[in-house]
Amino acid sequence: MEHSLYLILLFPLAGFLINGLLLGRLNKKLISLIGCGSVGLAFLWGLKTFFNLLAVPETERIFNEVLFTWIPSGIFKVDFGLMFDPLSAVMVLVVSGVGFLIHVYSVGYMHDDPGYGRYFTYLNLFVFSMLTLVLADNYLLMFVGWEGVGLCSYLLIGFWFEKQSASDAGKKAFIVNRIGDFGFLLGLFIIFWQVGSLDFAVVFKQAPLVFAAGGTLITAATLLLFVGATGKSAQIPLYVWLPDAMEGPTPVSALIHAATMVTAGVYMIARSNVLYMMAPTTLAVVAIVGCATALMAATIALTQNDIKRVLAYSTVSQLGYMFVACGVAAFAAGIFHLMTHAFFKALLFLGAGSVIHALAGQQDMRFMGGLKRPMKTTFITFLFATLAIAGIPGLSGFFSKDEILWKSFSSDYGSPVIWAIALFTALLTAFYMFRLIFLTFYGEPRMDEHAKHHLHESPKMMTVPLVILAVLSIVGGWVGIPHVLGGGNHFEKFLEPVMGKMTTGATGGHALTSAGHDTATELVFMIGSVLLILAAIYAAYYLYLKNITVVGRIRQRLSGLYKVLYNKYYIDEIYGAIIVRPLINGSLFLWKIIDVMLIDGIANGVAALIGYISSDVRGMQTGNMRTYVTVFLGGAIILMGYFILR
Amino acid sequence: MLEVIIFYISALIAIGGAVMMIAQRNPVASVLYLILSLVAQAVLYIQLEALFVGALLIIVYAGAILVLFLFVIMLLNLRGEKFGYDQGKVGVATKLIFSLVLIFELAAVVHTVSRSTNLARTSEHLNPGFGSVPPVAELLYTKYLLPFELTSILLLVAIIGAVLMARRDRADKEKEMT
Amino acid sequence: MIPITHYLILSAMLFAIGVTGVIISRNLIIMFMSIEVMLNAANLAIIAFSRSLNLMDGHVFVFLVMAVAAAEAAVGLAIIINLFRNRESINADTFSLMKR
Repeated sequence: MEHSLYLILLFPLAGFLINGLLLGRLNKKLISLIGCGSVGLAFLWGLKTFFNLLAVPETERIFNEVLFTWIPSGIFKVDFGLMFDPLSAVMVLVVSGVGFLIHVYSVGYMHDDPGYGRYFTYLNLFVFSMLTLVLADNYLLMFVGWEGVGLCSYLLIGFWFEKQSASDAGKKAFIVNRIGDFGFLLGLFIIFWQVGSLDFAVVFKQAPLVFAAGGTLITAATLLLFVGATGKSAQIPLYVWLPDAMEGPTPVSALIHAATMVTAGVYMIARSNVLYMMAPTTLAVVAIVGCATALMAATIALTQNDIKRVLAYSTVSQLGYMFVACGVAAFAAGIFHLMTHAFFKALLFLGAGSVIHALAGQQDMRFMGGLKRPMKTTFITFLFATLAIAGIPGLSGFFSKDEILWKSFSSDYGSPVIWAIALFTALLTAFYMFRLIFLTFYGEPRMDEHAKHHLHESPKMMTVPLVILAVLSIVGGWVGIPHVLGGGNHFEKFLEPVMGKMTTGATGGHALTSAGHDTATELVFMIGSVLLILAAIYAAYYLYLKNITVVGRIRQRLSGLYKVLYNKYYIDEIYGAIIVRPLINGSLFLWKIIDVMLIDGIANGVAALIGYISSDVRGMQTGNMRTYVTVFLGGAIILMGYFILR
Repeated sequence: MLEVIIFYISALIAIGGAVMMIAQRNPVASVLYLILSLVAQAVLYIQLEALFVGALLIIVYAGAILVLFLFVIMLLNLRGEKFGYDQGKVGVATKLIFSLVLIFELAAVVHTVSRSTNLARTSEHLNPGFGSVPPVAELLYTKYLLPFELTSILLLVAIIGAVLMARRDRADKEKEMT
Repeated sequence: MIPITHYLILSAMLFAIGVTGVIISRNLIIMFMSIEVMLNAANLAIIAFSRSLNLMDGHVFVFLVMAVAAAEAAVGLAIIINLFRNRESINADTFSLMKR
């Protein structure tokens, strides 16, 4: 207990319990204090533990702490054990740090909501679950956190449950996630079946001995785990819930559906990197799925008008990026992008929330515009976040995205095709993000007079987190400046104990600084992609600000494509037709025919038969207690007689 | 010889008292007959050298428990209620036959037991002090300590249960007040 | 010396009388007292065996049975009082609610 890791979990849990049990009995100030304070304390304790971790030599950078044995059952023994290693450290700091800022922001954003206490209760529970997920030292405890965040996600998407669409979206998220969890659990079963344990330490040590590298079992196990990851991290084919999840309060979208929870899948795969490295087929699948998701979501984002939906599809796309990184065995790059993405995407959502707040709930970008002047802080921070996500050099997104791009090309598992698609997606990202900026903050105001009159900058409680996140979006990437740019790539090095050496360019011979032409190639790629991105930004500027009529013409020329994109490839409709409809019809059949007619018929028939038979026998039951005693005595006499005469 | 006379007289009184107890219409008389029967049984206990338990039978049973019965009967004031014998589905005759069969069966059991084992053979030599207080007390506090303590818990439970059940509810009280 | 079987037969007769009381009487109190008779019949048998085996343990059993009987009497009488209070009767045939 020397590091008291449990304290990191204890603070949010305490906040959840206090706010939850005293729901409606505390005033708002106290709720906010408990809600934010608990997460803040968790962050501080995480930070302290992080520095403890830095203080020890690299090879010993892992803190274990077993609180108690959770399931002692024969050979199946699971501890409630916590583990703090570099990977967990990054996740803990991101979750609790970004979480804290969003908590603070929420104080301003949710100020007038009647469900204020409930909101913070859920939020604290979420932070607790997420921290459990990342701190767990075995798969099962991780799964507990995994389910916990799923529950909170459901509760918070459906936070305004009086709205039909919100509660539907909540259910959708929950059900789609169930499908993923199913795969996740099956994957765990295979691992336990083969290894006999679910502890990370044991599994990763035993896996190379138990599984044949590239064999069927390990491929199946990792693929099933990946199914879980696609559910939680919104990848094809299970990404459909995330855009709908925007029905929740905006800070929730920022925290859960952009910055932290949806990255759980990436974290899980990075954590299981030992297993994934043994299954090249799975890695290829991961890379392809990530790539396809990134491209698909980015194209959809081009046409959406709802500001939050654009950001949601952008999240899906960026998550695809992280999976590409995992798929090319650049796990550290994936986690790096996860971290920077958490900063700038949280900032984007919070900025969008600020805009929506100022426009009294308006989310449609067609009715925005010209917000640059009245909302200066929001605009500037938003701009930085956009620059970061677009990949402008110097900002965090540039380093992480470039790292992924380079790895997708240079890694042994990468390929030029993946690299090309990823680069194209990056261009699309820059394009739609600047479309968003130009539509929202530039140009003529398009809202009605009343709303225009009420425009205002958000309160300090909301802008301060924006500023902090903006700073993080800028400097967040500096911990991982690659060697070509004279940096030390400290981030990757820090994660090395977890990820192994493999992440630094697949094979040892590929070491980035040693081979001269590699450095040159990397630099060329970097400059090329930056130039392309700048071109994309200019395109967005030209189309959406300078010469708006062109957009209409393009739209007409490509009306078919536009319609497909605008309707998100009709994926929801297709799912509805091939999965949901048959399921409903099948259930109806089961209900009306099998259950009501067959099963109920049998059950009721048997009951009726027995009732009929027993109607005659019932006369014997007089209810008179002495008669009962007499009959009882008669029975006793007969029994005794039998034993005497025997 | 005297022993035999005492036995038969006591046995007769014990059985007669029990029969009369059932036959009485007035419950007060029933209780008195039962006390008579118990006293006769106490004499038999003493004849069997069970001095302490015999004394207990009179003091606790006849003296306390049956007085409790008497007390309840007086409390309920049952004069008005008429009982009479059976009108149930099984007639009185059948029931009496059942009882007779039971007696014969029990007698048969006793007979079998006394014939086949030496269980029923009276030992002539008794330990000194047999049936007096000290040996009973010694057994109670050594070999049977746990049952003895459990008895105290049982009695406590019985007290609480009796109090709870016999207590009038507040609603009843209010009903009576109005 | 009276053979132990005499006592046992007497005990059997007392027990049967108790049983008879329970099955033919309709007065709850008399039924209850009949149960006491049965308990005492059993006690008598125990004492007789105790004498014949020259073992004191039987006395302890009898002692315990008496304690149980006392507890039973307290609770049973409380039940009877409650029944009487609710139904104004202690006729066993009045209470036939077990039918439903």
